[in-house]
Amino acid sequence: MATLTIKDLHVSIETDQGPKPILRGVDLTINQGEIHAIMGPNGSGKSTLAYTIAGHPRYTVDSGSIELDGENVLEMSVDERAKAGLFLAMQYPVEIPGVTVSNFLRTAKTALDGEAPPVRTWIKDLRGSMDAMQMDKTFAERNVNEGFSGGEKKRHEIVQLELLKPKFAVLDETDSGLDVDALKVVSEGVNRVKESTGLGVLLITHYTRILRYITPDFVHVFVDGKIAEEGGPELADRLEDEGYVRYQQATA
Amino acid sequence: MSSATDTAPVIPGAQAHSHGPGSPVPVQTRSARFRSTDPTAFPAVTGREVDWKLTPVDRIRDLIDGELDGSPITTTVTEAAGVTTEWVGTEDARIGSAGTPEDRASANAWASTAKALVVTVSSEERVEVTIDRTGADHAPRASHLVINAKPNARGLVVIDNRGSARLSENVEIVVEDGAELTVVSLQEWDDESVHLSAQFARIDKSATLNHFVVSLGGSIVRVNPSAALAGEGATGKLYGLYFSDAGQHLEQQVFVHHIAPHTVSDVLYKGALNGKGARTVWIGDVLIGRDATGTDSYEANRNLVLSDGTRADSIPNLEIETGDIAGAGHASATGRFDDEQLFYLRSRGISEEESRRLVVLGFLLEIVQKIGQESLEERLIAAVERELEAVESI
Ligand SMILES: Nc1ncnc2c1ncn2[C@@H]1O[C@H](COP(=O)(O)OP(=O)(O)OP(=O)(O)O)[C@@H](O)[C@H]1O
Ligand SMILES: [Mg+2]
Repeated sequence: MATLTIKDLHVSIETDQGPKPILRGVDLTINQGEIHAIMGPNGSGKSTLAYTIAGHPRYTVDSGSIELDGENVLEMSVDERAKAGLFLAMQYPVEIPGVTVSNFLRTAKTALDGEAPPVRTWIKDLRGSMDAMQMDKTFAERNVNEGFSGGEKKRHEIVQLELLKPKFAVLDETDSGLDVDALKVVSEGVNRVKESTGLGVLLITHYTRILRYITPDFVHVFVDGKIAEEGGPELADRLEDEGYVRYQQATA
Repeated sequence: MSSATDTAPVIPGAQAHSHGPGSPVPVQTRSARFRSTDPTAFPAVTGREVDWKLTPVDRIRDLIDGELDGSPITTTVTEAAGVTTEWVGTEDARIGSAGTPEDRASANAWASTAKALVVTVSSEERVEVTIDRTGADHAPRASHLVINAKPNARGLVVIDNRGSARLSENVEIVVEDGAELTVVSLQEWDDESVHLSAQFARIDKSATLNHFVVSLGGSIVRVNPSAALAGEGATGKLYGLYFSDAGQHLEQQVFVHHIAPHTVSDVLYKGALNGKGARTVWIGDVLIGRDATGTDSYEANRNLVLSDGTRADSIPNLEIETGDIAGAGHASATGRFDDEQLFYLRSRGISEEESRRLVVLGFLLEIVQKIGQESLEERLIAAVERELEAVESI
């Protein structure tokens, strides 16, 4: 069973006024098969954590570590991290003109597996996962995320999750902008992948709504660049009632 | 907007904008530019003229002013039903039916040509014709080509330029009523070749011209297409694709003249630059004339910079002489890779190199995909992939 371990992670970003610290000592351990929800106010650094795990060049790790089964993730390039089994469903998926979804997915699958997937099963898998995500098959021939609605982009992220089969997935507000039906479809997708591959999930969200479909094993409250409290699913309900005031006062 | 950009870090597509105060208006109305078939009627070229100032004129003096060999360049034209090919003398009435030279190199070619090749497409079933020109040396030459689509004809004509050449030429394209013609001018010359091509199109009533300039090979390649939307309801789509390597100068000056009402134009040129001294020039002039009411036009140029030491000039101009138009807009952007696109692809396991290749191909293939002829599209994709192979750690 694989484990993703984040220890005392400090991350800053370069701004016009010099480096700005965002993450201030994040500790988090996720085992495969576990679902960890992260909730926290806007600007607290949730996406920064997600991007740092994926290796976005904008973020500088000042100290701390990220390890996947003892391997130093911070030394890996972005694509090496994906090959090691990390996946990020982005809060704002990027449009790539001129590259079709089907070409993109096949190229990614080939890169991850080290060989091209067999044509027949690949087409079947692609169709199946798009169907399950209620994406019309015409999306396969459209350019990646180009002109997709907000919800379509999010569903496309989960199609990728299902086809690329990572060990760990960070879902950065995948539920934001989804209608009720899409929320269900997306949640079912995540649960299905977890069932079949033992995926570990770091689920960043603002709403308890999605937690009714994807039951978290742990809920972490993220405030001011670190985890302020940890608990079970009941913590999410309390956050919904009380908000983050308690934590913000504590850190102020 | 006029932008002479030196590898500015701008994301392609970031600068689309519509017209407003402060938009550049040429000093002289574009249609009032001097024209003549007599080279001596033009003043000596100084290199400061609006249409020469971005061209390395000192390297092409022989083509601008010198004596040119006007005997027919080695050409083979594929045979097809409904297509005739003939060499005619310069007195032939079809010569001059689409345009008149606007610069001295074009006039020099016009005056130096002994015989012109006329390709006439009259088939109403879509035909495909390739005009194969494989040059054998770098002696300065002139040539004149007329492509004429008769009323309601349908066809694709590819001018396939390969080998060695030092050529100044005029190409006239006449698309008669209701015809639909695609012309692809493909420049895959060798590294030393120089090619100046003035291309004039006249598009008649309800006719459509799809025009493509694809410049990949050659030392200096300057293809200047101008399209006169002369008949009511005429459509001109002018597309271009270029890939400039180290030391290569690829230039295109596009002119679309909306003369008749309800005419439509769409201009899109996309280019990539890689290597020290890679140079591209795109000037796009659109003139919507007094009588061209209800017209719709859009022009855009996008350049993708793959290395340091390149320079892309991109200058769109729009002149509107009537208040009654359906739409007019332009965009120009020159930029490096969008790092977010790279990150997205790489985060799915695709290597940096492969990600860049996907993004560049995707960027350029938008033009290729508009051609609508599979084997030619495949050939161009392969050609662009070859260009990309030469790119080290772009
Ligand atoms: N270029 C920048 N300059 C200054 N501050 C920045 C820059 N980029 C990010 N930040 C700041 O970093 C902080 C963390 O941002 P991040 O996107 O990680 O927050 P988040 O928790 O994901 O918020 P949300 O819930 O709104 O998605 C924010 O305060 C943001 O303003
Ligand atoms: Mg966020």
